[in-house]
Amino acid sequence: MLHLVNKSPFERQAFESCLGVARKGSAILLIEDGVYAALKNTPFEAKVTEAIKDVKICVLGPDLEARGVDQVIEGVEVVDYGGFVDLTTEHNPVQSWL
Amino acid sequence: MSDDIETEFETEGVEKKFMFLNRKAPYGTIYALEMLETVLISAAFDQDVSLVFMDDGVYQLKKGCDTKSVNMKNFSSTYKALGDYDIQKLYVERESLEARGLTVDDLTEVVYEDEDDDWAEKPAIRVVSRDEIAVLMEEQDVVISA
Repeated sequence: MLHLVNKSPFERQAFESCLGVARKGSAILLIEDGVYAALKNTPFEAKVTEAIKDVKICVLGPDLEARGVDQVIEGVEVVDYGGFVDLTTEHNPVQSWL
Repeated sequence: MSDDIETEFETEGVEKKFMFLNRKAPYGTIYALEMLETVLISAAFDQDVSLVFMDDGVYQLKKGCDTKSVNMKNFSSTYKALGDYDIQKLYVERESLEARGLTVDDLTEVVYEDEDDDWAEKPAIRVVSRDEIAVLMEEQDVVISA
């Protein structure tokens, strides 16, 4: 399945809860303020690096650019809007973590 | 009768200490932009204004924001203009920066002209500790938070 996370991991629990239930073969796409979870040198980096072994983690490029950040953790895939569409067609179901 | 009624606000010369406390990331919600507009309004009233950036609020000052692909108004450059509105105190919490792997070099440069020092340009951003913010907060007349 595909998990969409749009909240900052510093402000909400959504990203960590999502990591807790994302199973092998699933994908997580970080969008809007969720993109902060994809960055290096935060308390979430180790969790992301660990999760990447089983789960595909992607981040939406335009939302990174809007926030002026580009130090993405190795192994996290940056996708554009087309990539977002591809993820939604490749995975079923799709869940938004609000 | 109604001629006697005159509404008068005696605000001349009244200066209060206003702190604007920013704790939200810039483009995911409307809070940062709304706060920035409130700050600009307050600047028109010659008040003692300070801004604090803590938690995700420190991301508001991140350099290099490019909102073209998300079709949003880029208000990041407005922070740079705060000095022109005579806003001289932007406090950024050190602990929040560190937790996000950021340093002051990652932040937009904001300067103001110091009238007491021959209009020398000085940096408006000051990185301070949580304890220092606690002290500043207690000195305020009004704290507006978002």
